Amino acid sequence: MAPQRRRVMAQVAMVMNLDKCIGCHTCSVTCKQAWTNRSGLEYVWFNNVETRPGQGYPRTYEDQEKWQGGWVRTRSGRLQLRSGGRFKKLLSIFASPVQPEMHDYYEPWTYDYENLFQSPLSDDFPVARPKSLVTGDDMAITASANWDDSLGGSEASEAADPILVKLREEANLHIKTEYEKTFMFFVPRICEHCLNPSCMASCPSGAIYKREEDGIVLVDQDRCRGWRQCITGCPYKKIYFNHRTGKAEKCHFCYPRLEVGLPTVCSETCVGRLRYIGLILYDPDAVTAAALADDKDLYQAQLDVMLDPRDPQVIADAKASGIQPDWLEAAQRSPVYALIKHFKVALPLHPEYRTMPMVWYVPPLSPVVDLLKDQGHDSEAGGNLFGAIDALRIPLEYLAELFTAGDVEMVRLVLQKLAAMRSYMRDVTLGRPRQPELAAAVGMEERALEQMYRLLAIAKYDERYVIPKAHREDAHNLEEMGCSIDVEGEPGFANDDVFGSSSGRPVPVAIESFAEAKARQRDPGWQ
Amino acid sequence: MDVIAWGLIPYLVFIVFVGGMIWRYRFDQFGWTSRSSQMYESKMLKIGSPLFHYAILAVFFGHVVGLMIPKLWTDAVGISQHNYHLGALWVGGIAGVALLVGLAILIYRRRSNKAVFRATTWNDKIMFLVLGFVIVVGLLATFTGDTTPTGEEHNYRETVSIWFRSLFLFQPDVEAMAASTWQFKLHVLAGMLMIVMVPFTRLIHAFTVPLHFLFRPYIVYRSRGGRRGQSRTTKGRGWEPVRTASEISTKPPKSAR
Repeated sequence: MAPQRRRVMAQVAMVMNLDKCIGCHTCSVTCKQAWTNRSGLEYVWFNNVETRPGQGYPRTYEDQEKWQGGWVRTRSGRLQLRSGGRFKKLLSIFASPVQPEMHDYYEPWTYDYENLFQSPLSDDFPVARPKSLVTGDDMAITASANWDDSLGGSEASEAADPILVKLREEANLHIKTEYEKTFMFFVPRICEHCLNPSCMASCPSGAIYKREEDGIVLVDQDRCRGWRQCITGCPYKKIYFNHRTGKAEKCHFCYPRLEVGLPTVCSETCVGRLRYIGLILYDPDAVTAAALADDKDLYQAQLDVMLDPRDPQVIADAKASGIQPDWLEAAQRSPVYALIKHFKVALPLHPEYRTMPMVWYVPPLSPVVDLLKDQGHDSEAGGNLFGAIDALRIPLEYLAELFTAGDVEMVRLVLQKLAAMRSYMRDVTLGRPRQPELAAAVGMEERALEQMYRLLAIAKYDERYVIPKAHREDAHNLEEMGCSIDVEGEPGFANDDVFGSSSGRPVPVAIESFAEAKARQRDPGWQ
Repeated sequence: MDVIAWGLIPYLVFIVFVGGMIWRYRFDQFGWTSRSSQMYESKMLKIGSPLFHYAILAVFFGHVVGLMIPKLWTDAVGISQHNYHLGALWVGGIAGVALLVGLAILIYRRRSNKAVFRATTWNDKIMFLVLGFVIVVGLLATFTGDTTPTGEEHNYRETVSIWFRSLFLFQPDVEAMAASTWQFKLHVLAGMLMIVMVPFTRLIHAFTVPLHFLFRPYIVYRSRGGRRGQSRTTKGRGWEPVRTASEISTKPPKSAR
């Protein structure tokens, strides 16, 4: 019997370094302008930035007792959708039992600007009233995707943060909400493009699929029938209902850009340059078993599913599984793999949902640093930082609930690595004697600390985004695919563009098609 | 007249229905959805919608039994006409009333909630009218259709059912249907109108019952090259453009399709 070969698949993944997020929402806005500025999606943000502590968007989505998202492990050790089995789903198809309503997100609105121009002369200044985009009526704005931004109205809204509620109840911790005593950080969120997506598993129509080539999770708009089970199924609530078309829509990792080697819009426009995109190689047949690990082991189980792209056996298996050499090479240079598995400083968001998310986060050291600074300490000194990480229980517990299913030790280790890197590099920068013990204290080599510093602090565009292009042999498909984002009858694009006439249908002018056309013009080998 | 109504129209209805379904499947997969409005309003929907849909399933199977099972068969297993009729009257009557109540809740919900009402197209309104009419006349036929105006007993299983089955043999028994009472005739005509409308209204969502969900694997992989990524939805049926405040306050929303 021939030995069973391990299947290897490639997955596009992202890491966000939360220490660098300033909460400017540029990613959200550019994403919205690119993808969700359409009717029926007014309330939808494929990318949103949440202030933590806070309720998130849609509000309290992390409370899975309420929203029933993700997977649970049954007593018999099987993986089951939290919202119930297949029969239950079909029987309750006529009215979804658990479904966020518009007000759980927010009621979208616009302003009646016309009134500013058309109101007659009078003593009163004309105003542009907010009008609901759903009913068309005047409305009072009481919520939005970032209503509690930067702890705005924190006393009122923070109390409902599901993680705070949990910490209060289980660990008897009370997080102070007074301005001087609190902490905060931002979490930008997109679709996790999970390895074990529960939205996909929930879909009665089978319209949601994972692309074999790059693992991007997409909704087939033709096959979706609008049952909305995916919205219940997704624990991150990152798949949305277009209430005009009656179809589900979600973040698609900007696949038209990715296919030509460009990063997503949110990454491209990120002011803090905190996003990293790269490939992960994984074993698809190990996914289900890994998703069944104990809560605290989930992080390690997910790491184990990811394969080392430099391991000769993995390389052989990957080639046998049809992964092209340039993709293998990209996987070896992947900054995402480096942060997740090599340096082990990136953590998954809510691994306890068991969906195996593929957007990971470097947890922020800033809550600790800020508190130290506020108390008048030298916040960059190694000793202070290490002491503070140990002493400041609250931010740690909070981060652990977000990233490690409550395992504080794991978060502590990551924060210590980041702290060690800061202190070590400060000495380097200031020309003081280096302290190798800092690296040793977190179990790293000095060289590794410097490499990590380079990746986290300096990494240029090409190092942050290592994105292999979709394959040439499929390239003619790409060109035709322009229609998926096509706008009929838009002025400004004729059949022949500046790079000469292209074959096939006209493709709208976009950065993607521009890059393609340019490459075609310069590359004599292009067919 | 009878020949046209009971001999010709049923086949025209069938042709339009099948042709319409093929057309919709081929050119408007994108519009093939129930266009749920649960996002706007959930409370009434959670009562009205399951009530309506489970009732309509019961009514559907009631029709299958009543139309497709010959009287001979039920006689053969010893169910008397009286018992059969009584059973049909009670089960059908309860299902029919539940259906009507469910529809009433859903229509009230559609009218009273502004967001839901704005998402209601003219297409929907006409469809609701026809559907409601079919149900009301159907109930009328169930409760009063068993006696002719002259006071004779009328058993639809000896008229409507025989005609219905004869349609499949392409030898429509026009006389059988003509011998029925006006309640049944009206119900059949209205029903045929509804069937014609199915491919062109939101009723289409009934023909996409996702039974394959019970058998498919949870995780679906699909190759990028597979279907060439091309939507089969035709021009003008895709996403709606953004509307501004003034457009929203003056124009009713266009059909989402």
